[in-house]
Amino acid sequence: MRLTRPDDLNEALDLLADRHWHVLGGGTDLYPAHVERPFAHPLLDITAVPGLRGIRRTDEGWSIGATSTWTDVVRADLPPAFDALKAAAREVGSIQIQNAATVAGNLCNASPAADGVPPLLILDAEVELESSERGSRRVALQDFIQGNRLTDRQPDELVTRILIPDSSAGGRSSFVKLGSRRYLVISITMVAARLAEGQAAVAVGACSVVAQRLGRLETVLARRNPGETFDDLVQPLHFDDLTPIDDVRASAGYRTEAARTCTLRALQEIGS
Amino acid sequence: MSIGLELGNQAFGVRFTVNAEPVEAVSDPATRLSVVLREELGLKGTKVGCDAGDCGACTVLIDGEAVCACMTALAQVTDRQVTTVEGLAPGGVLNDLQRAFLDHGAAQCGICTPGMLMAATALLSTVDDPTEQQVQDALGGVLCRCTGYRRIIDAVMDVGTRMEGRGKGIGAAIPRIDGVPKVLGTDCFGDDVAPMDALLVRVIRSPFHRAGFSIGDLDGFIEATPGLVAALTAADIPGENRFGVIPPFADQPVLATDGEARFKGEAVAALVGEREALIDLDLSTVPITWTELEPAMTVEAASVARPLHESRPGNVLVEGFVARGDVDEALRRSTHTVADHFTTSYVEHGYIEPEAGTAFLRDDGRIEILACTQAPHMDREAVATIMGVADDQIVITPTAVGGGFGSKIDVSVQPILALAVHRTGQACRICYTRPESMRSTTKRHPANMQVTIGADADGLVTGLRFEGDFDTGAYASWGPTVANRVPVHASGPYLTPTYRAHTTAIHTNGPVSGAFRGFGVPQAAIAQETLYDRLADACGIDRLDFRLRNALRDGNQTVTGQTFARGIGIHACLVALKDDWHRARDAAQAWNAENAASPIRRGVGLGTCWYGCGNTSLPNPSTIKAGVLPDGRVRLHQGAMDIGQGSNTVITQIFAEALGLPTADVELFIGNSDVTPDAGKTSASRQTFVSGKAAMKAGLALREMLLRHGNVSADAQISLADGRIVLRDKGAERSLDPRTLPVDGEGFVFRVQETYDPPTAPLDANGQGEPYAQYGYGAQMVELEVDRVLGTVKLRYITAAHDVGRAINPQLVQGQIEGGIAQGIGMALMEDYQPGRTENLHDYLIPTIGDVPEIRSIIVEIPDEEGPYGAKGLGEHVLIPTAPAILNAIRDATGAIVRNIPATPDRVLSAIRVAQGPL
Repeated sequence: MRLTRPDDLNEALDLLADRHWHVLGGGTDLYPAHVERPFAHPLLDITAVPGLRGIRRTDEGWSIGATSTWTDVVRADLPPAFDALKAAAREVGSIQIQNAATVAGNLCNASPAADGVPPLLILDAEVELESSERGSRRVALQDFIQGNRLTDRQPDELVTRILIPDSSAGGRSSFVKLGSRRYLVISITMVAARLAEGQAAVAVGACSVVAQRLGRLETVLARRNPGETFDDLVQPLHFDDLTPIDDVRASAGYRTEAARTCTLRALQEIGS
Repeated sequence: MSIGLELGNQAFGVRFTVNAEPVEAVSDPATRLSVVLREELGLKGTKVGCDAGDCGACTVLIDGEAVCACMTALAQVTDRQVTTVEGLAPGGVLNDLQRAFLDHGAAQCGICTPGMLMAATALLSTVDDPTEQQVQDALGGVLCRCTGYRRIIDAVMDVGTRMEGRGKGIGAAIPRIDGVPKVLGTDCFGDDVAPMDALLVRVIRSPFHRAGFSIGDLDGFIEATPGLVAALTAADIPGENRFGVIPPFADQPVLATDGEARFKGEAVAALVGEREALIDLDLSTVPITWTELEPAMTVEAASVARPLHESRPGNVLVEGFVARGDVDEALRRSTHTVADHFTTSYVEHGYIEPEAGTAFLRDDGRIEILACTQAPHMDREAVATIMGVADDQIVITPTAVGGGFGSKIDVSVQPILALAVHRTGQACRICYTRPESMRSTTKRHPANMQVTIGADADGLVTGLRFEGDFDTGAYASWGPTVANRVPVHASGPYLTPTYRAHTTAIHTNGPVSGAFRGFGVPQAAIAQETLYDRLADACGIDRLDFRLRNALRDGNQTVTGQTFARGIGIHACLVALKDDWHRARDAAQAWNAENAASPIRRGVGLGTCWYGCGNTSLPNPSTIKAGVLPDGRVRLHQGAMDIGQGSNTVITQIFAEALGLPTADVELFIGNSDVTPDAGKTSASRQTFVSGKAAMKAGLALREMLLRHGNVSADAQISLADGRIVLRDKGAERSLDPRTLPVDGEGFVFRVQETYDPPTAPLDANGQGEPYAQYGYGAQMVELEVDRVLGTVKLRYITAAHDVGRAINPQLVQGQIEGGIAQGIGMALMEDYQPGRTENLHDYLIPTIGDVPEIRSIIVEIPDEEGPYGAKGLGEHVLIPTAPAILNAIRDATGAIVRNIPATPDRVLSAIRVAQGPL
């Protein structure tokens, strides 16, 4: 038997403490990774655990449960700061993938080109993890993803939800994805931006091992004076920390340049 | 209570409903739902194209929502409602959506159709009257490689509207006659025919571009691994361990020998065993030791490397050459010359059906192979040679083919299946994984081309010089054909008084380059057509007028010195575009002027083609057999493989017309290589022309036989009624009762068999001669916009005029045009197969439903002297003009010249920068 499907969170956490598992959510990363390769570990399917699915307002802000799908995001009633996340949700793979794939799985898979990461970075999202031994903890998303396919999740931990603090859920946001075809495309680059009163957040994906916030640009944008255009403010030096690679999708130099263009367009979309 | 806590001891199955029926599945709960549906529940309408969510062929509904069954664990459908394509038509009666797919020609090969239908069903359950955008969003997750998507969009938007009045006989746009099983999901493809107890075969392939290997104790491994039955290596091959589509060049081992594999993905050994045991076996545990060797991955490296094949120094497989007059002198004296260098990539066929099949030992002791193929009789010869038996000791039964485009002419699974059956005596099956299919089968040749063209002061072309290296990969396959076809075609359909075209097919350690829709001509057309635009500009002549001025006309000599008294259609195709061309150019210029500050620039581009139908200066016969059965049925043995393009329908229409019966009165019979004669391979755009002509001859012969038997005149009308053949002649009526007539050894009371071989003549040392009995022609116009800041290209509209001589079935013609254009779009903008890096359908991109713009097809009919009822081939022509038209439109919009294909955003942006000059 290669799969276990607990219907209780504590049971799931006990199982996780017991041995190594592949955690199964929507399966849209796990199954493709095993096309010619057997599973190294049994599968722990968490989609039957009650309470893990759902997007809701809590006392501490917004909560996206671990088994919430991209379709759940699209259908949720969320404030305009989440427009970038909703736009990203519509661009993840295809309807079939959006119906199955989970937001949390996108984070745990930790692909440099994960469409979900920049829109959550600009919301200052935190990841909540639980284990039977140590209880629960929260990690900022930018610390949670540590590298290509590498996260801070320990083998006995389960991501239970993603939290967005109210303080970061203000203003408006946008998402620009650049790919070589219309659907089912891995991004060449993508940018999420959020502007609120006195706040600015910009994150770029697929241009470094882990998607990055552009701190210096955000500072400039947050202090923006009326009359200053985004074209004036968004400078190439703001993208100096990106470390894109040459691959089959695009050259590194192109990626950096496109990141600036997409950033500008994302900001202009909010500004318009 | 959780499922599966009793490790290794399955207490109960997973209960759910499929198509409203409760079921309990006992497969391991981690099993992909697609596998459970197909293998445990026998619902083979759900297709598997990639197992990775990249193609959407396995789309099913779970509680009404579309998901990929290949990424859904069986356990996850516990207590849920699953709907598959079988649930759309209980009792086999088409629902409105399926009817619309059939009527609109939305299904070609049919392999993506179930996925498309399910995705559309999910949409239509929430939106009654969807917009095109909604259809695209809903179907964006299902790839189709045949149709170009436009008929699918129309079908979903027109559900419930019946299409009537399509006419009769030749020229009738009837729905494909093999279409009902395709929209029902009941058509049987390569992986749909295996008996439940068939053993599985898996192939072990080289992990390196060039590898030394030594095989360890495989027999010990088999014995130590429960469920495995046998291992196969080169030593198990009873005949010649060698195959190739062109016998004098046959060079590819079924299983590599002499301890060296020449490309990544080359087969070295195979395992046979019980499905459950083998499917999840980690093949890296098989005792084979690999040594990575230095490969030659480019033609430059290969030309100085040790030959891959001893008899081919410099790694040169073949050279092709066509020359007329003194082109160097003509170019020197030309008023205008343009010259440039172009490169293209490996292109993967990307059919959604991976190679698959089943073989078994027949009661008569012969091996029968059921597999997807474009060439059953070539398969039979190849397998017989490998097995060391006479051809008639092998039986090939073609299954439905889920797309081919040239790659399924070469054998793939067939020899391995034969060996497995020979060794085990049991039925054996195989289905390539997507990466395996991409790694191991053929590709379009990467080209490296240097071209110069000249014109005089009047804008008449003076000469063209073409030098091209084609990377033919590790083995010959169709490399010789590409090298020979390109020099014949590199002039394009234009009068070119002086000419020299030289090609070299060079072996590398890349994947085997073979046949892919156009055999090298699409690459050459990119060079010629983009240079034509620049030459027209240099001459100060409108780009379409320049082509008209130089277009071949009846009686002109081609670059091989051939003349056609009638039937040259390029002029008519260009004329058909003329009004649209001027309208589109004016509109683009006006838009650009009004939107000067926008990063978007609009542009319009032209591309044209000609393409010789059939083999190049080689015999190329098709044979068609037909007859009347004792019960009065008229049976057509149709051996021209339908890989989605529609030969089942077209050949039947032609035969019926010649015989004088309605198409619906003819029974289509595919049969196998024992009973259905060789109609040649489905390639070279030859089936409508060559097999069609054979079918016409067969129809006429059967007609004559019936009329003579009834002693009626040639004007008599034939009809069928109650098992009798009724002949009406000048008011008199004769009725033949087949039941009263003697039956021949094949079960027919009347039987005809006719062969047609198109007349060609060999090419001399300068490539002069008559390579083809027929060419087809086409011209396409692309309207697009380019984002000058990102280098992205968005196609807006394509207009395509193709001369098909006579459209036997206009709906199928339109389907070919749109599908070919979609592949041309992919080649132009996104397709770049990099061995070892893009062996899946998310790193290797083919166009999705959102990447193909609206297409208007203009069918031009300039009758051909040879073709049946004047018909010409079409299948390959349609792809050729698209890529150059796109590149020309990009240049029209921005000035950018893209020389390396595909024109990805980074390349387009670089080219824009070059065109803009130093900032």
